[in-house]
Amino acid sequence: MEQYMIKMENVKYEYSSMGEDSQLMAINSINIAVKKGEHLVILGHNGSGKSTLAKLMNGLLLPTEGNVYVNNMNTKDEDKVWDIRETAGMVFQNPDNQMVATIVEEDVAFGPENQGIPSLEIRKRVDEALRIVEMTEYKKHAPHLLSGGQKQRVAIAGILAMRPDCIILDEPTAMLDPIGRLEIISTIKKLNKIEKKTIVHITHYMDEAVEADRVLVMEQGEIVMEGTPREIFSQVEKVKRLGLDVPQVTELAYELRKEGINIPSQILTVEELVKAL
Amino acid sequence: MIIKIENLNYIYNPNTPFEKKALDNVNLNIDKGDFIGLIGHTGSGKSTLVQHLNGLIKPTTGKIIVDGMDITSEDANLKEVRQKVGLVFQYPEHQLFEETIYKDIAFGPKNLELKEGEVRERVKKAMELVGLNFDDLKDRSPFELSGGQKRRVAIAGVLAMKPKVLVLDEPTAGLDPRGRDEILGRIQKLYEEEGITIILVSHSMEDIARLVNRIVVMHKGKIAGEGPTKEIFKQAEELEKIGLGIPQITSFMRKYKLEGNKVRDDILTVKEAKEELINYLRSRGNA
Ligand SMILES: Nc1ncnc2c1ncn2[C@@H]1O[C@H](COP(=O)(O)OP(=O)(O)OP(=O)(O)O)[C@@H](O)[C@H]1O
Ligand SMILES: Nc1ncnc2c1ncn2[C@@H]1O[C@H](COP(=O)(O)OP(=O)(O)OP(=O)(O)O)[C@@H](O)[C@H]1O
Ligand SMILES: [Mg+2]
Ligand SMILES: [Mg+2]
Repeated sequence: MEQYMIKMENVKYEYSSMGEDSQLMAINSINIAVKKGEHLVILGHNGSGKSTLAKLMNGLLLPTEGNVYVNNMNTKDEDKVWDIRETAGMVFQNPDNQMVATIVEEDVAFGPENQGIPSLEIRKRVDEALRIVEMTEYKKHAPHLLSGGQKQRVAIAGILAMRPDCIILDEPTAMLDPIGRLEIISTIKKLNKIEKKTIVHITHYMDEAVEADRVLVMEQGEIVMEGTPREIFSQVEKVKRLGLDVPQVTELAYELRKEGINIPSQILTVEELVKAL
Repeated sequence: MIIKIENLNYIYNPNTPFEKKALDNVNLNIDKGDFIGLIGHTGSGKSTLVQHLNGLIKPTTGKIIVDGMDITSEDANLKEVRQKVGLVFQYPEHQLFEETIYKDIAFGPKNLELKEGEVRERVKKAMELVGLNFDDLKDRSPFELSGGQKRRVAIAGVLAMKPKVLVLDEPTAGLDPRGRDEILGRIQKLYEEEGITIILVSHSMEDIARLVNRIVVMHKGKIAGEGPTKEIFKQAEELEKIGLGIPQITSFMRKYKLEGNKVRDDILTVKEAKEELINYLRSRGNA
């Protein structure tokens, strides 16, 4: 089991407030193993259970049934709560839920402070994290007074400063401008490729999913598709039936094929399509 | 002209260490029936600007006229302003406050002193417009929804007011692709059928490209450019310099042309690209 960062066994989750009449399980019998160093992307329509799954992955929620292991530690083991949070850091869907301090740099320092990191080292990490997300000039600002995208950057910096082995990002680019998105995605890629971090990345942007090692698609609390981005996105019809989309160039290639134009069916990027035509 | 903004300046927290000039001498005219895309890097001032349009924020200096009414004057009737201009916030959580979804969406129409039956009709219609099932969800708490579901409730609340000017601040952030297409499709239909004016703030160049007829570009609190959609998206390099971009499909067509293929490079949607390429490839004779 050593090679797995996260392992979920027959996990079910039901929100208690969902009511007795509701037959709905937010998470229904899920088995997943996320390998160490893997870059996993999770797709799925609104309410399919992605955020719930993410919160189960770092022990914020405990399974109603089944077990979740983070680096071999069961999330139900109360003694391991802090170790688990240190191993798997999470960037929430709404950054407002994550802001704790009244000044940006203190907010970013909050995690490492709780980890008991020496203050000189914290200083270094905070500066570096803010530089990566390009928020250095805002370090003395109040986080709640930032624009939407700026808050999102600070939330990401907060996790970077904790240097967890596994980073779970719940729609980290939803409020970012196009260049900001590219920057965050390239940061995620760097963390994965160079620093060997395990990445679990939830997104509604199909072009971000193209970067993953593996893609999972959720539907009503279950995993309904699994594969490499190429395997997933070559099934244009099925992906669309699940309420999702494919990158624009993939769609164009698919449409052209339907018209009898001879190009490969597994186009994922602009460069690939230029070459194919 | 339905909106006229003159010499608008806005400073957050003046005379404190947090002082921030968010809008810098903004001048903008929006015609009745326009579908405007407002784009700009994070922190460029988009949300600050649109919050002025329904009187939520008062200018530090400058003037805003909406539908003939000076909304920046001392005695402006804010209730009337909010009826004219409906604003969907960037973070829908900030807009939800009632204990059930029904009450939340009904809040605005109730304030208009409509009859209960009419309120109910509007809530039902608005939920339908955003793809929320009325019977299943009306009695649930808006706080126990997923992120994308909350956003739909917030949009429904504004649609139920039937505003003349609809301002949407990142309405599709967090929506899944089908939800995004559904809601934008319905907003477009609303636009075409009711002749309302729409201002769409978005970081999705793809959404902007296929919906709006004019684009306003903001950069560091100033208007950095303005023009018809195709004109603005021709300026890829300039847009990238200020944190923006062009749709993936437009970027593909430009690269393909650079490789020596004689195709148009002002394509904005997959559909347009398909037609252009089929004509080109067939004329080249390899299809
Ligand atoms: N606090 C809660 N109480 C009760 N039900 C909840 C709660 N949070 C989420 N749910 C429900 O659980 C299901 C899964 O929600 P979840 O937030 O995991 O979806 P998601 O895939 O992250 O969606 P989105 O793309 O909109 O963020 C949904 O049906 C949702 O309404
Ligand atoms: N309440 C506030 N107090 C102080 N400064 C603020 C406040 N709200 C926003 N700002 C600052 O004003 C500037 C403009 O913010 P605004 O929210 O209008 O940007 P935006 O273009 O909507 O960005 P985004 O795309 O990230 O939503 C930013 O630099 C931001 O930090
Ligand atoms: Mg979610
Ligand atoms: Mg904003």
